[in-house]
Amino acid sequence: MRVAGWALLVVVLLGVPWVMGEYFVNLGSQILIAAIFAASLNLLVGYGGLPSLGHAAWLGLAAYISAWMSLKLGLGHWITAPAAILGTALVACVFGWISLRATGLGFLMLTLALSQVLWGTAYRWVAVTDGDNGLRGLSRPAPFGLSLDGATAFYYFCLAITVLAIALMAMFVASPFGAALRGTRDQPRRMGALGHDVWLIRWITFVYSAFWGGVSGLLFVYYNKYIHPASLSIQSSAEGLLGVIAGGSGTLAGPIVGAAIVMLLKNYVSAYIERWNMLLGFVFVFIVIFMPEGVVPGLKRLWSRWRRK
Amino acid sequence: MTAALSIQNLKKSFGGLPATNDVSMDVTPGERRLIIGPNGAGKTTLFNLITGDLRRDSGAIRLFGEEISRLAPHQRAHRGLARTYQIITLFQKDSLEHNLVLSLLGLSKSRWDAFRPIARFGALNDEARRVLGLVGLGHLAKRPIGEVSYGEKRRVEIAMALAQKPKLLLLDEPLAGLSREERAAMKELIAGIPREVTVVMIEHDMDTALDLAERITVLHYGKVIVEGTRAEVVADPKTREVYLGD
Amino acid sequence: MQYWTIQTLNSLALGGLLFLLAAGFSIIFGLMRIANLTHGSMYMLGAYAGASVLTGGLRVRVPGSDLALFLVASGFLLLFGVMRLARLRQRTMVYALGAYALVAVAACALMLRTPGSAFEGAITLPDFARNMWIAVAAGALLVGVFGVALERLILRELTGNALGQVLVTLGISFIVADFCLMVWGGDPIPVPTPPSLQAPLRVGSVAFPTYRLVVLVIAVVTAVALYLLMDRTRVGAMIRAGVDDPQMARAVGIPVSKLFTAVFCLGAALAGAGGIIGGPIMSAYPGLDADMLPLALIVVMLGGVGSLLGAFVGSFLTGAIYTFGTALLPDLAYVILFLPMIFVIAFRPRGLFGRQTV
Repeated sequence: MRVAGWALLVVVLLGVPWVMGEYFVNLGSQILIAAIFAASLNLLVGYGGLPSLGHAAWLGLAAYISAWMSLKLGLGHWITAPAAILGTALVACVFGWISLRATGLGFLMLTLALSQVLWGTAYRWVAVTDGDNGLRGLSRPAPFGLSLDGATAFYYFCLAITVLAIALMAMFVASPFGAALRGTRDQPRRMGALGHDVWLIRWITFVYSAFWGGVSGLLFVYYNKYIHPASLSIQSSAEGLLGVIAGGSGTLAGPIVGAAIVMLLKNYVSAYIERWNMLLGFVFVFIVIFMPEGVVPGLKRLWSRWRRK
Repeated sequence: MTAALSIQNLKKSFGGLPATNDVSMDVTPGERRLIIGPNGAGKTTLFNLITGDLRRDSGAIRLFGEEISRLAPHQRAHRGLARTYQIITLFQKDSLEHNLVLSLLGLSKSRWDAFRPIARFGALNDEARRVLGLVGLGHLAKRPIGEVSYGEKRRVEIAMALAQKPKLLLLDEPLAGLSREERAAMKELIAGIPREVTVVMIEHDMDTALDLAERITVLHYGKVIVEGTRAEVVADPKTREVYLGD
Repeated sequence: MQYWTIQTLNSLALGGLLFLLAAGFSIIFGLMRIANLTHGSMYMLGAYAGASVLTGGLRVRVPGSDLALFLVASGFLLLFGVMRLARLRQRTMVYALGAYALVAVAACALMLRTPGSAFEGAITLPDFARNMWIAVAAGALLVGVFGVALERLILRELTGNALGQVLVTLGISFIVADFCLMVWGGDPIPVPTPPSLQAPLRVGSVAFPTYRLVVLVIAVVTAVALYLLMDRTRVGAMIRAGVDDPQMARAVGIPVSKLFTAVFCLGAALAGAGGIIGGPIMSAYPGLDADMLPLALIVVMLGGVGSLLGAFVGSFLTGAIYTFGTALLPDLAYVILFLPMIFVIAFRPRGLFGRQTV
C-alpha cells in the first residue's frame, strides 16, 4: 500500500517535464536536492533523536572537494565524485566522534561549532576556496556520454538519484539497525542494558547521514555549477532543519514534503521580498510554537481541537 | 564453585556522600538473593554499579569470575547480565512484540543488519511472541505498550530480561505499584524462573519478597548490615534497628 | 616589540569582549538550559544601536513590503505572547489572532498597491548624547528589553522543550540579523573611538592603544562585579542553586520564574553592551552575529557551562588563539580557533571548569 503511494509519486514526478516549463523543471531539481538533504538530516534528527545544526557542512564539503578537484587538478567527475563523498565521510567520522562526546543540546552546539569551522575556513582559505568569490565555471558530469546540461536531463538524473537515496534510506529505517536506532532515541539507557552499543549505533548513523548529505552536495554543485561559502552557513543548515520540522520528523516522507514547502516558499517569496532570512526566521518560530510536529499533523490537530470546542 | 556475582569492597560517593560504602557480597549460581533496606540505603545505586550505569570509585565486581567493572553496560549484557527497572522504561509507542524484538536483537548479530526489513526476521518475531506467552501476554503482542495496564507493563519488563536468557538477573522492585492479585501473579512468575538464572532482587514489600528469597542482604547507608538466610536475618536485632530506627 | 604589544592588547581586548558575550550565554545556558543562539545577534543589535547613538542618529529607508513583513509577523508574535501572559482563553486567542491576520493582510494589500513604496524616517540625536556612556546604556537597555520580551513572551511558551527553545532562538537570530540589515543597510558602520581615548598611552618606548586597555579594564571590572553578584549576594546564591539543581531550587522556594527573566535580561544586556563597547574595534557590520556566536560557543564549551571562571579563562584563551592565529596563519586561523575546544571536549566533556555535562 505504502509502496503504491511512493510509486504513484514517482510516476507523477516523471511527468513534470512533459507538463511544465523549464522554470518548473529546474525548481523540481532544486526540490529533489533539498529532499535528499532533509531526508538525510532526518535520519539523525527524527530517527536518531540527535538534532544537528551542522548538516550543511556535508553539502558544502562534498561540493567544494568536487569543485576543487575539477578546477585545480583537472580531474574528471568519475574520480571527483567518489573522492568528494569519501572525503566527506572521513570528516564525518571525525566530527561524529567529537560531537557524540555530548548528547542533546551539547551535541547540537558541537555540530554547529564544527560546521562553522568549515564555513569560516571556506571564507578564509582563499588559496584553496577562492574565499568570497566561490568556485565557478564548473561542469556537470556526463554519465555514459549523456549531457546533463539541459534542464530536463538533469532533472531526470536528480530524480533517479533521489529515488535511489530514499529507497536505501527506507531500507535502513525498516531494518533491525533502524529499529535499534529508534530504540536509542526513545530509551538509550535501556538499549545499553539490552546489549546494544548505543554510541556505535549513533556514530554509524551520523556518518551515513553525512554520506547522503554529501550526495546532495554533489547534486547541488552540479546544478549550480558554482559553490560559495554561504552554502555552508548556519542558514543553509537551518533551511534543511526547517524542512524536517515543517514536514514532520517522524516519517521518511515528512522531510521530503517539508523540503518541498521550504523550497517553494523560498522561490516564491524571493520574487516579492528581499527578506528571505527574516521570513525563514519567522517561519521557524511559528512552526516550532504552533506546529512542532509538522505542518500536516499540526494542521490536523489544530483543526480537530477547534471542532471539539 | 565460582560465585555468580562477587562484589568486593565496592565504593561509590556522590560529592562526598557515600552511597555505596565498602559493600562486599557473594551470590552463588542459582541462588535467589533479596536486597532490602530503608529508602536511601543505596540499593538501586548498587544495581546501577553492577550494570555499569554508574562508574564505581573503587572495588571489584565479578560476574562468574570475570572482572566487569571496566566494561560498558552493553558489554555486560553480552556476558549474561540482565535487569529490570524501577521506573517503566519501555518503548511506549511500540508494540509489546517490538519491545521484545529489541531485547532479542541486543544479543543477536542481526542488530547490525541495515538492509533487510525487520518484519522478515521470522525467527525473531516468533521468539518474541513465545516469550510474551511465557509471561501470559501472548494475546497482547501487537498492542502498543501505552495501551496495556501497569501490571502488564511490569510483566513485559521481566519478559524482556528473560528473553535474553541471562545468567544473572537483577530485578529492581518488581512488585512496586501492583495490586494484590498482580503481586501474586508476579510472585508466581518470579518463582517459575529456571534455576540456571541467578536472581538478585531489590524489594520493599516484605511479605511477598521474603517468600521468594533464599538469602537476604540488608543495606543501610550504603553498608551491608546483616546478611544470611531468611531466618537469620529476621531474627537478627540489627535488622529491626534498621527498620524501626534507633 | 611594538607589533607584539599591539597584538597582545588586541588579544586581551578581544578576550574582554568575548567575556561580555560569553558570560551571559553561559549563565543563561547553565541556569535555564537554553542555548541562546540569539546571543550573537543581540551583540550585533547593541553594536548597531550604539553606533547610531555615537554617529548622531539614524536615517532609515525601508521598502514597504519588507517593513510590512516585519511588522505583521512580529505583531502576531507579540500579540500571541501578550495574550498568553494575560491567560486569555484559547478560543479568544484564536479569534484575536485570526482577526489580526485578516486586518494585517488587508492593510498590506492596500499599502502594496503602490509598488516601490518605502518608509523613510530619521532620528537625530542632540550633540551631548553622542558619547560612549549613553551609547552603551542605549545598547544595553534596548537589547535587555528585547531579551525580556523574548524570554517572557516566546521562550516561556516552550518550557520543557529544550530543542524547541533553541530552534526559536535560532529563528529569532535570523530575524534580528535581517532587521539590522533592513534598518542599517549592508555597509559596515565604523564606530568612532571616544575622543578622550584616542591618543595612545606611552610607557617608555612602547605605545599602548588606549581604547583596548579600557576594554580590558571594563571586562575585568564586569567579571569582578559578576563574581561578587554570584558569590556574595542572595540573588547570586539563588542563581548558583538554580544552576546546580533547578528542581531542588524550586522546591526550596526560590522564585525561579522571576530569576529566569532577570538572568536572561542580564545576559542580553551584557551582550548588547559588549557589542557597542567592541564597536570601535570591530565596527558594526552585517555578519557580526555569525562571527561572534561561534566564538561564544567555543568559550562556553571550553570553559564549562554555567561557570563564570570558565567563561573568563575561556574568553582570554580564545581571544589569544584567535588573534595570534590570525596573525600567524590567517588562512587556517578558524581551524586553530576550534582546536582547543575540540581537544577539551574530547577529553573532558564538561569543559575546564564546568559543573554540568553538556
